[in-house]
Amino acid sequence: MEYKGKAHKVGEHIDTDAIIPARFLVTSDAATLGEKCMSGLDPEWVKRVRPGDILVAGRNFGCGSSREHAPIAILGAGMPVVIGHSFARIFYRNAFNMGLLLMEVGDEVDKIRDGDELEIDAATGRIHDLTNGAEIVCPPLPKSMAAILARGGLVGYVKERLGDGR
Amino acid sequence: MPQTLAQKILQAHTDDTVERDGQIVQCRVSLVLANDITGPLAIKSFRGMGAKRVFDKDKIALVMDHFTPQKDIDSANQVLISRAFAQEQNITHYYEGGDCGVEHTLLPEQGLVGPGDLVIGADSHTCTYGGIGAFATGMGSTDIAAAMALGETWLKVPPTIRVNFTGVMPRWLRAKDLILLLIGTIGVDGALYKALEFGGPVIDALPVEGRLTMANMAIEAGGKVGLFAVDAQTRAYCAEHGHDPNHPGLIRDLAADAGAAYERVLDIDVTGQEPVVACPHLPSNVRPVSEVRDTPVQQVVIGSCTNGRISDMRDAAEVLRGRKVDKKVRCIVLPSTPTVWKQCLKEGLMEVFMDAGCIVGPCTCGPCLGGHTGILGDGERAVTTTNRNFKGRMGSLSSEVYLAGPLVAAASAVAGRIASPDAL
Repeated sequence: MEYKGKAHKVGEHIDTDAIIPARFLVTSDAATLGEKCMSGLDPEWVKRVRPGDILVAGRNFGCGSSREHAPIAILGAGMPVVIGHSFARIFYRNAFNMGLLLMEVGDEVDKIRDGDELEIDAATGRIHDLTNGAEIVCPPLPKSMAAILARGGLVGYVKERLGDGR
Repeated sequence: MPQTLAQKILQAHTDDTVERDGQIVQCRVSLVLANDITGPLAIKSFRGMGAKRVFDKDKIALVMDHFTPQKDIDSANQVLISRAFAQEQNITHYYEGGDCGVEHTLLPEQGLVGPGDLVIGADSHTCTYGGIGAFATGMGSTDIAAAMALGETWLKVPPTIRVNFTGVMPRWLRAKDLILLLIGTIGVDGALYKALEFGGPVIDALPVEGRLTMANMAIEAGGKVGLFAVDAQTRAYCAEHGHDPNHPGLIRDLAADAGAAYERVLDIDVTGQEPVVACPHLPSNVRPVSEVRDTPVQQVVIGSCTNGRISDMRDAAEVLRGRKVDKKVRCIVLPSTPTVWKQCLKEGLMEVFMDAGCIVGPCTCGPCLGGHTGILGDGERAVTTTNRNFKGRMGSLSSEVYLAGPLVAAASAVAGRIASPDAL
């Protein structure tokens, strides 16, 4: 899978209340949640995002609550990938379960600047910053995560396992 | 191989051999939890998976505690989804209404979570149950849906950070101070993907309610679990709350083996330590109360899954007895469960709260996540016994939240500014 889009950078320890504040958790609709994506940080933030754009984050992205509405809001805003220094544990599982690709790259994330055009080859883990020419290679995904992502998320994965119609 | 507490509990719930940290093991779950916010998404995923029946109707808990009593039409409709699912699947442990309380106080209190259990919940503070020696961790709704269908989940064996609390516990120091001190030391990602294991003489003497407070905030350091050994304190709690004495985790003491391999060992001496608060906007922004005293506050909240138990209510009442809440402050007291509420009545604590001018409310998560029953307006500042002080967590993006224990929260309500109980 290949992705191309503009980088939208956010800082360190961006929590799930910033990604999607609790008062919007009265729905699980992706488009509705997407309109409020990152509104705990800045209500105007999402207006700059175009479908296919890429979220780029600092350390410990997604810390805080277990709300799956967080990756859903990011997907709902049209962003299929998050490149981060590191991710909070529950958010990490949730993202893959929802079919959102996370690329954990450590300090390399600093090579990307806000607004840069990025090209990503998910299969090889290669991130190419078209604006400044930087190359980042993301370590390969754990097998369990790749298997879930290959089925579009955990729902498809379990569905396959439950094939007996339980 | 000598095992950490995390390795030992995981081994009891998997057919795989736990050999090393980082290994992925498939585990049977003792209980699966969701609430009114995360339940509907889990149910949607459950249906999407093509699942027809839950793996065990007695091992699923659905607790309607966040936006309840139903705060608006949307949240009421969300509850309808969970209620219908509970009826359809004949779920034994469905809570809504008069028997409902804040999930992480309710489940150990009702004996639904016991020592040595493996619990996963669609709520990040599921790690609370580490306080009674359960390997308990938060996940998202779809992971929970998978566990509801399969009765199992995959877990990575976490490396463990051992934290020993030593020294003499000062008069006004409580469990909340201990966990904030740790988070202030290691940071909000200091235990990312890892287990915290607590010990030392201060912990040995700490009753289980305090341990639950500490385990609750393991997630605020990024931790997967916050674990306490099963000992005399655990037995006392389990006996008091009517747990089955033959529960596997209670038959023998459950503790880490001597010589277990830790990634890191920390010693924190609490001698002479003054109470602390976590300042905006991260739980790791921890300062002694004296450094921020005299900061004016407009709201105080005493409650939540962190500090809404009877020992917390007693602490708050100790400070509020015979005193008045400052006129410029709304002090909201929310005992976490109906059992705690009733015990407050019996002990005369409700009268203390009312006489002091507190607002006493229902058992709900309400204000902690900016849901309802105490929302902050523009520029307002709160001292609360809850667990998160992220920007906008309790309301307006320009409001501020200071985290503290019940003693400091109550003292601040009286003073109208951040205060230590010994300064009143």
